[in-house]
This record gives sequence, structure tokens and C-alpha cells, in this order.
Amino acid sequence: MVPSDRRYTKEHEWVQVSSGTATIGITDFAQGELGDIVYVEAPEVGKTVAAGDVLGTIESVKAVSELYAPISGSVTEVNTALTQAPETLNRDPHGAGWICKMSVGSPSELEGLMDAAAYAAMVGV
Amino acid sequence: MSETIQTTPLNRVHREAGARMVPFAGWDMPVQYTSVVDEHMAVRTKAGLFDVSHMGEVEVRGRGALDFLQHVTSNDVSRLAPGRIQYSALTTPQGTFVDDLLVYKLGEDDYLLVINAGNTPKDVAWLQGHARGWDVDVADVSPRWCQIALQGPKAEGILASMTATALAGMKYYGFERGEVASVSCLISRTGYTGEDGFELYAASEHAEHLWHGVLAAGASAGLVPAGLAARDTLRLEAKMALYGNDIDETTTVLEADLAWILKLEKGQFLGRDALLAQKAEGLTRRLVGFETEGRAVARHGYEAAYGGKVVGQVTSGSFAPFLKKNIGLAYLPVELGVPGTRFDVVIRGRPEPAVVVPTPFYKRPR
Repeated sequence: MVPSDRRYTKEHEWVQVSSGTATIGITDFAQGELGDIVYVEAPEVGKTVAAGDVLGTIESVKAVSELYAPISGSVTEVNTALTQAPETLNRDPHGAGWICKMSVGSPSELEGLMDAAAYAAMVGV
Repeated sequence: MSETIQTTPLNRVHREAGARMVPFAGWDMPVQYTSVVDEHMAVRTKAGLFDVSHMGEVEVRGRGALDFLQHVTSNDVSRLAPGRIQYSALTTPQGTFVDDLLVYKLGEDDYLLVINAGNTPKDVAWLQGHARGWDVDVADVSPRWCQIALQGPKAEGILASMTATALAGMKYYGFERGEVASVSCLISRTGYTGEDGFELYAASEHAEHLWHGVLAAGASAGLVPAGLAARDTLRLEAKMALYGNDIDETTTVLEADLAWILKLEKGQFLGRDALLAQKAEGLTRRLVGFETEGRAVARHGYEAAYGGKVVGQVTSGSFAPFLKKNIGLAYLPVELGVPGTRFDVVIRGRPEPAVVVPTPFYKRPR
């Protein structure tokens, strides 16, 4: 389950750009590796990051994992529904489990990310 | 430590069941089958089945067996009747843990020790090293045995449907020899989950038959296979120590809050002098339970702080699936280790409020 309408990082984030806004989340593979997610520490709106910076933290029962910014930009919105229902990230990682939205600082960075086929090959699905 | 990863006799079964496999203490083990939360809740409300064949088993036999075990363990083995089991510690001369273990009295001069998987080579060498002069044989029989743990409120009913052994009268920390699904087993009313349940020891070649038989017998009662992740969250809710996390060769039996397995009056044993001295001087730190108020989870190795100063360390921490809050264990100075004391756990550089609470966090209804 690797949607073809977005790009992927080797750290298992996805980024989907629409009208200049990037929506960011983690992949189905990533949620499966983490197991039951109990807490999503999202970035604050307005935070400016460079590609590869830590954007937030995802905690499952078993482990804690950092969320890295797939691209540079500033955070415009966070998915507050995850505060009360972090398990949404397990159920629908590519949809309702999105984590935050960012402005796109440098569109060319997207070119450096994997497409669905390359990501699927990396995780072996 | 051996270089190659070891597998239990049920490895193929776990893989075929789609379990997520991870390396644990040198073993390739199922960490979860479906979801750690679902498996945890199944054990609390119905039943779960664990492969714990990685655990080590050591036979201690001979006319000197009792005296030898009195010498190397902290609990009083002379109080153990045949058919009974004792939780105990293998102690260093400093009163710290070589390991924690179960001691089964199979008969006079005949004991079985069940030890942690990752410590098996170390423990066997330790026991054999100390056995000289005690008229005792110490034999590592781990590869011969498989061990599966059937845990949860439905465990007795499920097992009763598969054995002629009378289970209703079996006490906690007691065992019987019997047949389960026509397999000769040592049926032990023990576990590492805080629930009622049984641990079944059988010859390794019968592991698959036993596993499938128990799962089938329990299906209608809601029995599910459960992995090491659920085993860890279950034991933490019940405040059962995990070697390598909460206890090790740097923590004493007293500091670990396990004075109930320490029988200083039984006579001389390894570590007794050090523990007597520590008791006389008074402890400086103790393992206590805590809850955090925020959503971030305190985990093994995180610092505990009080008044801005680091005062201790978290040894275990997790979201507790049944209690639905964040819990943990930490070594704190004794003056802070009092229920109600507020302190901080440093999570990703930020102090997060925590409070010392009574333990166990979870106690099963009886």
C-alpha cells in the first residue's frame, strides 16, 4: 500500500503537495513497524525547518521515533485530531493520519525524494 | 555470547502466523502477532499464549543440591516443598543480581532453575564455577525444553479441557507433572503477566503439537498468540522486574525492592554480608513506580530529576494498555521514593511531571 500521488523519504515519511501546501505523514510501512501509536508530538504552527530537521516525535507502545521534515518550509497546520486519537495513524496513515502541513520552501527538494515505486522497492512491498 | 541468532522450536509457527520477529537476547522471537494493545488486553480479559522457549533451564541435582542453592540464591530454599516454586535471585558477593530466577523443587536433591535467556551462558558458568565442593551436578538442559505460557483469566478453563491433571486445587507457584494434549508436561502455575496462568514445559520436539493444541482448545474462549511486546507491558503493569532493565549486577536485592526474596536469617550465602551491611547503613536508593501526567512516555535510561538536579534513572517505562496511562519504574533516592512525591522525568531534554505511586500498578481481581 504505497499511494502513487506523493513522494517518500528513506525515513518513511510521505509528502503530498497540492496548491503550494505540503501535507506530511508517515507511511503504512512505518506505522506497521512502530505498532500501536499512543502519542504524536506534532510541531508548533509557524515552526520553520530545513529538510531533515526533526519535526516531531511519534511514540508507540514499543518505541519512540522521530518525524523528520521531508522538505524545507514552515508549518502551517497540525492535525490536532491525533492528540485524542493517535491510533488514527495506525488505521489510516496515508489519509486521516496526516501529521502536519507545511509551506513549500524549495519545490526542487521534492525532486530528490523517492516516488512510490522507488519507496515500495526500498521497503520490499 | 554466540554470534548466531538462536531460534525456538516454534520459530516456523510464528513466521507462518505472520508474527513480527525481532532479535531479543540473542534469540529470534515474535514481538507481536497483531497489536501489542490487543494482545495485552486479551491476556487481561481472556487469555494469551506466549512462546517462552528461549528461557534457560538448569538442573541442579545431588546430595549437596539444597546446601548449594542456599549458598548461591537469596531466598530460603529449605522452605520449598516438592511441587513448589520459589522466585529468587542469584546473587553476587556484592548482593547484586547475577540473575533473577525460579527455583522448582522436583524432589529431594533435585531442582530445576529457570533463568533469563540472555543470561543462560553466564548463569551456567557462574553456577558451575561455584558448584565445586558441593556434591552437586549442574546441567544446562535448556535445548531439551520448550516452554509456552498460557496466561489470563480463561487459562484454567482452557487448560482443564486438555488435561486430566486437577488444576482447580493447584496453587500459584505450584506445579504438577501431567499430560496436555497427550504431551508429557511440567504444568506450572506461574507467569510473568500479573494474571493467573500456567507455564508448560515439555520436550522440544512436542512444541508445535502443544502450541497448536492449546491455541485450538482456547479459540472459543478468545485465546490469541501474544508476543514479547505484550509480555513486557503486562509484566510492567504487574511490577515484575526485567533483568537488564530494572535489575542487574549493579543493583542490589534491597535496592530493587525485593526484600521478600531475601532471607538474611537463613545462614551464609553469596552477598549476605554486603546486604546485611547495606541494611544496617540504610539504603540510598530504591526502585519505585511512577506515573507521568503528559502523553510522552518515559523510557528505559531516561533521567529522573528533582529540583532541577538529576537524582535517578528510569529503568522501565511504557504506555500501560490496560490502565491506559503512562507508567514506569525508576531508581530514586529513598527520601523521594514515597508515594505522592512529585519529580520530573527528562524526556527529549524537557522535564515532564511525574509522581511516585504505590505498586503494583495493576493487581488482578481475585
